[in-house]
Amino acid sequence: MVDINFGRARPGGLLDLSRVEGLDSWELIDGGRTVRIGAGASFTRIIDELGSLCPALAQAARTVGSPQIRNRGTVAGNLATASPAGDAHPVLLACWAQVEVESAHAARLIDIDDFFVGPKRSALAPDELIRAVRIPAAAGPQQFAKIGPRNAMVIATASFALNLDVAGQRVGTGIGSAGPTPLRAQAAEQMLEEALADRWDAPEAELARPLGPAAREHSEQERANCPERPVSAANKSGNDSGADIPSRLSEGAARQFGALVAEAASPIDDVRGSAAYRRHALSVLARRTLNWALADLSEAERPVSGANKSGNPGGAAA
Amino acid sequence: MRVNVTVNGVAHRVDHVWALESLLDFLRERVGLRGTKNACEQGECGSCSVYVDGVLVCSCLVAAGQVEGCSVVTVEGLDPSPVQQAFVNAGAVQCGFCTPGMVVAAHCLLADDPDPDDLTVREQLSGNLCRCTGYQKILDAVHLAAERAGASGR
Repeated sequence: MVDINFGRARPGGLLDLSRVEGLDSWELIDGGRTVRIGAGASFTRIIDELGSLCPALAQAARTVGSPQIRNRGTVAGNLATASPAGDAHPVLLACWAQVEVESAHAARLIDIDDFFVGPKRSALAPDELIRAVRIPAAAGPQQFAKIGPRNAMVIATASFALNLDVAGQRVGTGIGSAGPTPLRAQAAEQMLEEALADRWDAPEAELARPLGPAAREHSEQERANCPERPVSAANKSGNDSGADIPSRLSEGAARQFGALVAEAASPIDDVRGSAAYRRHALSVLARRTLNWALADLSEAERPVSGANKSGNPGGAAA
Repeated sequence: MRVNVTVNGVAHRVDHVWALESLLDFLRERVGLRGTKNACEQGECGSCSVYVDGVLVCSCLVAAGQVEGCSVVTVEGLDPSPVQQAFVNAGAVQCGFCTPGMVVAAHCLLADDPDPDDLTVREQLSGNLCRCTGYQKILDAVHLAAERAGASGR
């Protein structure tokens, strides 16, 4: 609509798919292991309903625009635009999401790693529409953080998502606004997987986040917690040195992780920030989200678990 | 294109609507309700905020055709609301251009949370810009409206 309002686009017509039945909802598939989010599901809905199943996506959704924008905007819309700054993208990479696309004659699944092919260019064919996004339900701590001049209404200067898949003993990462496309920090993932090798073997029942329909009950409570999130995160981010975080990772390892994430980016200088600033910001965001995630992990290891209490505002300005 | 829509409780049937027309232009130019303001036309400023089927949106980002069969409520439809009175009493109106959008967004916020804390108000109004930078008085107005609603026994 913005391009139309500004006279930059004059399509012959518009097709409103928002009334297609079922497009605005989500469901669990694969026996509760995967969340399938319809192309029309708003960011508001994701925040309200998917805080437990897709915590990092819900965090990223909270940083999108304003309430008005979140009521209309969707993950599929983010994907179709394929901007390197799309807030959902780092999370989709970190969670190894798949994009369900469909044309008049065929449907296919595109792995998120194959989806972004250039700035604002995706693997979507001209006759294909996005039908849904499939995201594995969280099986461990996830975090998202974004840097920009304001807490609201900003296009990210840099953003980062981290997914500690305890059940699969894998680490997922995603970098936003610091390259021609959203990027995965592969070397950083590998380094962290090795560093956490002994950690993965902790009692599984406590580590894995609630899966299945029961998790939906948490969403109401999470929503109630939302306004307090920035406060709790402010406390956490004060621990940037990592000294107070009950983790078995040394500060050196956290720094190395940050450095590897920064290295994986290929940022440019533009109006929102310099390449050097973006790299530095990413190394900080990577360490910060790692510390948050490790704190979640430690919390989950304790008998009385409160793994979901540790949100971050996502939009924390530098 | 013909659009059938209920605006502030009144049914409208409007013919010859342009396929690329925004709900904002539709409301201002076809329905004649100028309370909804046109400023940035890119969803940044919130001065065109309205309800579509109870959901707060920027009307500049909605195509008029998308509200076929919907119920739209604009700032005129809220009148007289305790939020508006609180804006007057708190001195939350300077040039007034952002006020309609602020009032609609504040109305939506208070419907969801009758007694919001400051952080919630800031967050829920984060999509509404005031170029006079009169934010403090606007926050005061929202709290005043909440206080009065609480006192009146809601």
